[in-house]
Amino acid sequence: MNVQLPIGRELFEPRRPGSKDIAWCPGCGNFGIRNILISALAELGLKPNEVAIISGIGQAAKMPHYINANGYHTLHGRAIPIATGVKAANPELTVIAEGGDGDMYAEGGNHMLHAIRRNPDITVLIHDNQIYGLTKGQASPTTMVGMKTPTQPWGVFEKPFNPIALAVALDASFVARTFMGYFKESVEILKKAIRHKGLAIVDILHPCVSFNRINTYAWYREHTYWMEDGPFDRETAFRKAIETDPLPLGIFYINEKPAFEEQVPAYRKDRTPLWKRKPKLELVEKFFEGKRG
Amino acid sequence: MEFRDEVSIVLGGAAGQGIQTVEEILTHALKRSGYHVYANKEYMSRVRGGINTTEIRVSSRRVRTFVKRIDILVPFKRGVLSWVKDRLSESTVVLGEKENVEEGFLGKVNLVEVPLTKMAMEVGSQLYINTTSAGLIVGLFHGDFKAVEDYIGKRFGSKGENVVMKNIEAARKGYELGIKLCEEGSIRVEIEKNRGVKDEVLLTGTEAVGMGALAGGMAFLSFYPMSPSTGVSTFVAQHAEGFGIIVEQVEDEISAINMALGAWFAGARAMVSTSGGGFALMSEALSLAGMAENPVVIHLAQRPGPATGLPTRTMQGDLNLVLHAGHGDFPRIILAPGSLGEAFYLTAEAFNLADKYQVPVIILTDQYFVDTYYNLPAPDVKNVKFERHIVEAKPGYKRYELTEDGISPRAVPSYGDDVVIANGNEHDEWGDITEDAELTIKMQEKRALRKLETIKRDAPLPKLIGNENSEYLVVSWGSTFHVVEETIEKLGSKNVAHLHFSWVYPLNPEAKKFFEGKKVIVVENNITGQFADLLWKELGVKADHRVLKYDGRPFSVEEVLDALREVVE
Repeated sequence: MNVQLPIGRELFEPRRPGSKDIAWCPGCGNFGIRNILISALAELGLKPNEVAIISGIGQAAKMPHYINANGYHTLHGRAIPIATGVKAANPELTVIAEGGDGDMYAEGGNHMLHAIRRNPDITVLIHDNQIYGLTKGQASPTTMVGMKTPTQPWGVFEKPFNPIALAVALDASFVARTFMGYFKESVEILKKAIRHKGLAIVDILHPCVSFNRINTYAWYREHTYWMEDGPFDRETAFRKAIETDPLPLGIFYINEKPAFEEQVPAYRKDRTPLWKRKPKLELVEKFFEGKRG
Repeated sequence: MEFRDEVSIVLGGAAGQGIQTVEEILTHALKRSGYHVYANKEYMSRVRGGINTTEIRVSSRRVRTFVKRIDILVPFKRGVLSWVKDRLSESTVVLGEKENVEEGFLGKVNLVEVPLTKMAMEVGSQLYINTTSAGLIVGLFHGDFKAVEDYIGKRFGSKGENVVMKNIEAARKGYELGIKLCEEGSIRVEIEKNRGVKDEVLLTGTEAVGMGALAGGMAFLSFYPMSPSTGVSTFVAQHAEGFGIIVEQVEDEISAINMALGAWFAGARAMVSTSGGGFALMSEALSLAGMAENPVVIHLAQRPGPATGLPTRTMQGDLNLVLHAGHGDFPRIILAPGSLGEAFYLTAEAFNLADKYQVPVIILTDQYFVDTYYNLPAPDVKNVKFERHIVEAKPGYKRYELTEDGISPRAVPSYGDDVVIANGNEHDEWGDITEDAELTIKMQEKRALRKLETIKRDAPLPKLIGNENSEYLVVSWGSTFHVVEETIEKLGSKNVAHLHFSWVYPLNPEAKKFFEGKKVIVVENNITGQFADLLWKELGVKADHRVLKYDGRPFSVEEVLDALREVVE
């Protein structure tokens, strides 16, 4: 890959002792995603202490250890609610919820549905390699029909989950898919997602070199294409979303609407982040005063 | 019939009949008239029908707990007498309409007939029956009618002037009849008024917990509705705008607690309010809070389990759940307020404790406690301290620095130049994943031993009430405080003292000294004696007697008195 790396990237390179020993396999798509993420953050001119990466569990969710930014490596499926709480407490932070397809679409599926409704201003980055990596090769919600795995030796017969169609159906605020093999395009999409006010869903395809012998780098190049325009109106976006072979890449849908933190009464009059506020004891006193009568 | 010094009034009717309105008017008006009041309700898990009852005690001295005895019963539907039959005695007066008294009771109870429906209809609708009844009872006390008027104005104000006027008219009719009944001698109520009561506040357990959280700096509350905990969330939501806090009803309890963890991670004080079943769903995140040393405050209003159990009734059955929930070893703090004042201060303090020790702090109440009303001197907000324990993330900051007391200084994102890494995996001092055996030992010991020891050392001791040299020690925890308190007063024996635990876990080892040479009686509202077991496990204290109740109802003074007499006499 011959690309010009932006200035500021080095800020996001971690220097902690525990960030050296990377648990990803050589050739893993997660390396590419890390590069894309660092470039997007650097190009947006962000500083590490202004960013919080909240991850679930899985190989993808190890990202906070391999990048220099605030990070919270949480529980399987729970990155979205935790990220929502982080953003609510401090809207000045750039908050990214990150995890794999199992993390976000299986264990965290319900949170995904309701986060779309709630629309917090966070970016949800799903590393979608259509397989479970860390637990060694079981089918994920996005595994293709027919794939044989150690736990589905007869071949997967459940139809894969379509996150893009779901997000458009729920009128999500920002919906995109990319393949990490396309560096520049992916950086641009991620930058737009991070800048977008409201919940931004970015499904980023990437190969699992150890456990998915079908969806390889070459497979993704052959079975994806870049949509010429986009974002589209909701109906067109949905039509695009249900195309499966080749898979369309790009921004499907943008629906500008107020974010959660803009809707809650707490921030309507006062923009001070919750975490900096103090208890209003005078109101407590007033309450008791009213309870005398 | 004549009632002196104290009277216990029970209102009974179907869900949806508006007994709660009567309860509210009565408690407020009688308190303002200068009487000590206490109220509690028992209700069914349904929106219409069934039988719900409310007990209101009115007294010349402080009353803060449930009695079985009914002095005046006001039935709003047929079936109420059967529902409370074991609480009726020869001196119980049934005040109301004959139609609401089952045939079997006619001639056996002291029925004082009052044409409530007719009186309400005269005002215009049967709907006024509640305010008529409230007026009637206030009349029996020669209470302050202005207080009734004011409360009706406040309660129905939003429905328009006409509704307020009609309700006042209905209440006045009742009030006048109440006075007449007294004059005729059908019922005589002689209770001394107390000037000081007027300046006191009338609170519920729900309000005490909710206001305590707001005073403690809670900035974020996430919840999924579940009886009997929902009241706290509803109450706080009503105050969210003024206090500038976020209240969010979420998709499930899993999301609720994880959001709260996120808010704390970013520096805001957050709480979840739930009941046992909801808490069960939170146990995964509780464990994350333990590992990541992520503070969080949880209010758990208990109801009888297992599973759905009795959704609207009471039990202290979830102590073992909160003690043991969450995989792996990590410390937690469990608080169980005994009085409304304590609920306010302890809930506020829970946030300082969570902030300081970076552990889950659980406030255990129960249906009985949250639905309890009584008057008390207003809590003094000057006694509430806002103690933050947040440091700046200076270059080289280590979130999980190994320290002597087990507490690693906690920074939050964006405060300071360096970053903060929290982790649910075993981690090094910076927060990155480790699989190193020695480091694992150090981190385990930091969290599960040294930090726990620090908390234990700082833990307040239980409160001893009564004679230090008594032979018997009656132990209460949480909501059984007042019933034990009043029972021991009634028992009037120097040989029996009371030890109350509001700080339930971890126990300060020094607490053992209270038990030396005593015969220990533990009173708790569950089937096995969960707290008695905890005393054995933590302090090596053996309960000689366990007084247990597990029918989904609170202890009455009479029940505890019988149980104590059996042991002591």
